Amino acid sequence: MIRKFIYSQKTAPYVFVLPFVLVFLVFWIYPLGNSVGMSFQKMTLGQGAQWIGFDNYVKLMGDGVFLKAVTNSFVYMVLTLVILIPFPMLFAVLINNKLMWGREFFKSAFFLPALTSVVVAGTIFRLMFGEMEGSLINSFLSLFGIEPIKFLKGQVTGFIALLALATWRWTGVNMLYFLSGLKNIPEEYYEAASMDGASAFQKFTRITVPLLKPTTLYVVTISIYAGLAMFIESLMLWNGNNSPKNIGLTIVGYLYRQGIEKNEMGYAAAVGIVLLVVALAINLTQLAFTGMFKKED
Amino acid sequence: MKSKRFMVLAVLSMTLMLWGCGKSSSPSGGETSVLDGGAGENATELSYWTFVELHGKHFETMLQKWNEANPDRQIKLNVTVMPYDDMHNKLSIAVQTGQGAPDIADIEVGKFPDFLKGTPQLETLNDVVEPYKDTIVKSRLDLYSKDGQIYGLPTHVGATVAFYNTEILDQAGVDYTKIKTWEDYKKAGIQVYEKTGKYLGTADTSAVWQSAMMLSQQRKDFTDDAGNPVVNSPELIKGLGILKDLQESNVVSTIAGGQPDTEEAYGEFNNGNYASAMMPLWMMSRFTNYMPDLAGKIAIAPTPVIEEGMPRSYGGGGTGTVVTKTAKDIKLAKDFLAFAKLSLDANIQIWNTLGFDPVNMDVWEMKDVTHNPENQFVKYFKNNPFDVLNEIKDEIQLIKSTPASPTINNVLCTTTLNEIFEDGKDITEALNEAQKQIEQQLK
Repeated sequence: MIRKFIYSQKTAPYVFVLPFVLVFLVFWIYPLGNSVGMSFQKMTLGQGAQWIGFDNYVKLMGDGVFLKAVTNSFVYMVLTLVILIPFPMLFAVLINNKLMWGREFFKSAFFLPALTSVVVAGTIFRLMFGEMEGSLINSFLSLFGIEPIKFLKGQVTGFIALLALATWRWTGVNMLYFLSGLKNIPEEYYEAASMDGASAFQKFTRITVPLLKPTTLYVVTISIYAGLAMFIESLMLWNGNNSPKNIGLTIVGYLYRQGIEKNEMGYAAAVGIVLLVVALAINLTQLAFTGMFKKED
Repeated sequence: MKSKRFMVLAVLSMTLMLWGCGKSSSPSGGETSVLDGGAGENATELSYWTFVELHGKHFETMLQKWNEANPDRQIKLNVTVMPYDDMHNKLSIAVQTGQGAPDIADIEVGKFPDFLKGTPQLETLNDVVEPYKDTIVKSRLDLYSKDGQIYGLPTHVGATVAFYNTEILDQAGVDYTKIKTWEDYKKAGIQVYEKTGKYLGTADTSAVWQSAMMLSQQRKDFTDDAGNPVVNSPELIKGLGILKDLQESNVVSTIAGGQPDTEEAYGEFNNGNYASAMMPLWMMSRFTNYMPDLAGKIAIAPTPVIEEGMPRSYGGGGTGTVVTKTAKDIKLAKDFLAFAKLSLDANIQIWNTLGFDPVNMDVWEMKDVTHNPENQFVKYFKNNPFDVLNEIKDEIQLIKSTPASPTINNVLCTTTLNEIFEDGKDITEALNEAQKQIEQQLK
């Protein structure tokens, strides 16, 4: 009886989709709904939760540290977009070129950092950018007669270290995305362009970039979210969540501080929801702009 | 074709290897060691989390004694040492969710109020403290109590003293015994800088030891009597102003790591770049364990004061050891804990192993214990710490631990002190902003 039910034409599709739907409900919808609920509550250890309406959100608006975290995450996101879209694209094009030798070697070399543990990488970068004269970057700068810089104590210098870590780690991944995108561009377009006398630059801007649009869109979308939600790199670079003057504090870092360090789960949930809304707003806007939601002609 | 397949396999195996190496090894992180302290097979296994390796050593000593004295209630202890923030965060999650918490854990005084919020998920310890109540400094128990219920057992008094590197001072021709006030300290510091190019002391940016010191000398606190934060008090402005003046005169300077009790700072002190530290007495164990080159060179003295006659010390830092509600054998854990921290023997051991000033102040008078020539701390330091302690015994102030304390510490250590000593921001402005931020956070 059951067999007949599962194998029947009408219900089979639903049966196949069921595992995914279950996972989706349990691991996605339920936590999301719960978080939204928690953000309207005040949770105290050992006691129940009280509903306090929008109090958490009102508190967020006036919270200087939260605004600092949002600014940090935002700036980080924009800077990663600026660095981690054009350069990987360029590298991908260079590697894809017929004249390139050692293609596989470079692909592996660029991708390798993404496989390392963030914890280890962050620790090494923290030692590299240490404030004493013996640390790697400072000893390098001293060759040029520059005084040792306290990298991890200043806003700008701290971000230089953070972006160095991010670039080192993610260039290879983005590059591979673009490489696969490049594979989808037929050779004939380039040949036709050469015959028409196009320069390399024109070929790049008129053929490569437009036809890479789907890939670029994808990379931009995930980079926007990854930039806003960055936490571990900052945690490892400053050896904890408490960077001097909160220069390295990100939205998720602030969520961690409130939720786990201070047991204020309701407030932390509100921070998480704000992150969700901001990321969603930015991504939907940029997708709408780039024609994602237009009907195919 | 064949070589291609081989290449793929080689790359795959390399990738997997690197991936595997990237994952962390132990489930809770940190180093775990099992102490059996001579326990037999029927021993109950208890787990203990701490953020100070040396605390584990003390428990090891007490474990041996417990197992000898209680053959029918033996214990095997699993000690896990994790970095400070890590341990507290993990403990916080474990206690909130009721999953994975240890039986016994250290909680530092700065984080303790966060664990007392709402209904504490910790066992009350009043019953096991009762036998020892009259021998212990009460204010140290108050730090870990709420509404008359004691939740944590103290480790030490933590009286703040000055540690002087006499080698550097001798080079500069400075006699540390003559330093009584901050004016004396300034003169000495200028001399040290001129003659040796080294700094006399530190301007801490990531800890409030110096801020607390300045406040307690003026008989004030970070909070008022009701427990409300008041960091922009005229007393703290004055105290930080003194330190800022010292910084501008090259008497003190910021240090790598932000305060003397960090790995980077141990290196700086060991290399003789700073000649003094104003720290609680437990700093002694950091000297003996991490700064071997300074053996025989460090002298202990009362801290300088703003005006002679002011109290010269306060109890700084502290760790309350707790028993969690999810502990396997609560009675056993509580009894062992009281034995390991409050008994006379425990207090003697706390001095012997850890070099801490024990909460049972009777031990301070026991000359054979405090002046034991075999004791590693007596050997390391130029003079005996208890001679200093007994001098300042009645001047040790209490800096209260309130629900606002973690927030106060966080704001001062992350933002304010950095702004003042690294960026040169105006002290009154910085403290006013800190006060605003703290009040906003506590709303």
